[in-house]
Amino acid sequence: MKEIGYQRPTSLTDACAALAQPDARVLAGGTDLIVQLREGRRTAGTLVDLKYVRELAGVAETDDGGLGIGAAAAARQLAGDQRISDGYPALATALGMIGSTQIQNRATLGGNICNAAPSADAVPPLMAYGARCRIIGESGERTMAIEEIFAAPGKTNLKAGELLVAIELPPPAPRSGAHYVRFTPRREMDIAVVGVAAWLALGDDGRIADARVALAAVAPTPTRAAGAEAALQGQMPNETTFEAATNAAAAGATPISDTRGSAEFRKALLRTLTKRALLDANPSSQTETR
Amino acid sequence: MSKIAIECRVNGETRQCLADPRDTLLDLLRERLELTGTKEGCSNGNCGACTVLVDGAAVCACLMMAQEAPGHEITTIEGVADRGRLHPLQEAIVAHGGTQCGFCTPGIVLSAVALLAEKARPSEADIRHAIAGNLCRCTGYENIVRAALLAAERARGRADHG
Repeated sequence: MKEIGYQRPTSLTDACAALAQPDARVLAGGTDLIVQLREGRRTAGTLVDLKYVRELAGVAETDDGGLGIGAAAAARQLAGDQRISDGYPALATALGMIGSTQIQNRATLGGNICNAAPSADAVPPLMAYGARCRIIGESGERTMAIEEIFAAPGKTNLKAGELLVAIELPPPAPRSGAHYVRFTPRREMDIAVVGVAAWLALGDDGRIADARVALAAVAPTPTRAAGAEAALQGQMPNETTFEAATNAAAAGATPISDTRGSAEFRKALLRTLTKRALLDANPSSQTETR
Repeated sequence: MSKIAIECRVNGETRQCLADPRDTLLDLLRERLELTGTKEGCSNGNCGACTVLVDGAAVCACLMMAQEAPGHEITTIEGVADRGRLHPLQEAIVAHGGTQCGFCTPGIVLSAVALLAEKARPSEADIRHAIAGNLCRCTGYENIVRAALLAAERARGRADHG
């Protein structure tokens, strides 16, 4: 690591000014960045510590009854926040899967997103719940759907001088359910070989009115499974429908082979996990087998 | 490279030292403050040998910069025993074979101590989850888990009897 400075702004204005310096980088939880700096995979001249910026901390209800999550809030605090475990349980589950307790006490949602690993556990549930990212930059504020933030492995679409401020979740839909499931070789402290989040919202007729399926580690970025979603829309939430969606998810994915698994293994996992995610996301009391 | 002055709270005391700006908290504790009870196992947050408590929460010291330390209460293994009296968890680990080479032990003690401070009645699953970020190559974890359950029971017994 080269010589490195450190700043601890306490307001968003000061944080943006600090980040405008050449070679300035965000330091949130540091659980990815510090390792990367020490291994020379990323460089920084100044670390701008965002953990003391009011606007980036905590959880607050939004005007439409949804939730705004500060980008620098720690995963463990978020997982234990009742507003998240009650309203967005699949997100709480995923936050409790990142690394270990030690990691979760530091890691942030903003970091899990902006580190942009294809296997980021918090991202599929955020996609499933329809999250939007609020970003601040030189030209003011903008929001984008979370899907739009990912460019490539390790790269986001944030421009120079832009900062992810908050993640906004819409209010929980009535008659909806979500679930996140992943495969790891070990029970804990591991990176997803494949992860699947599913969200289903049923209409008054009991049919699937809306559905989202999001995948980790089967593409260069976390991604939505459009084919699976199309197979779910308007259908009854039963085994036949879920089987069709599972086939569509597998057909639409082209995972790679790497040290964690072959492409064939990932495709097989994708089938099993998509099915499980849908079964557990189903807000009906039981999945019909007719 | 110019040194920087760091002031932080460690084991209830205010400590001051000169550090390299690139130091992690682990470097600060071991090299600058000579508190060598915290061990370096992997330097990338995987093994948990460097676990310390920051404001009561278990954290890998290798994943914090020294420059992040000011303003927080840091507890290392040296700060767990109370004026020479071992914590019930430490006594239980010794009594029940929860330590062999001892390298993982400081980190595991801190992870478990953090859990016991949070939950008076941890289940076995709670304990295994709390130490999931601490690798032990010697014991196979069984005796550590048993020691933690017994320590929790004993601590409740002490609390009940005053």
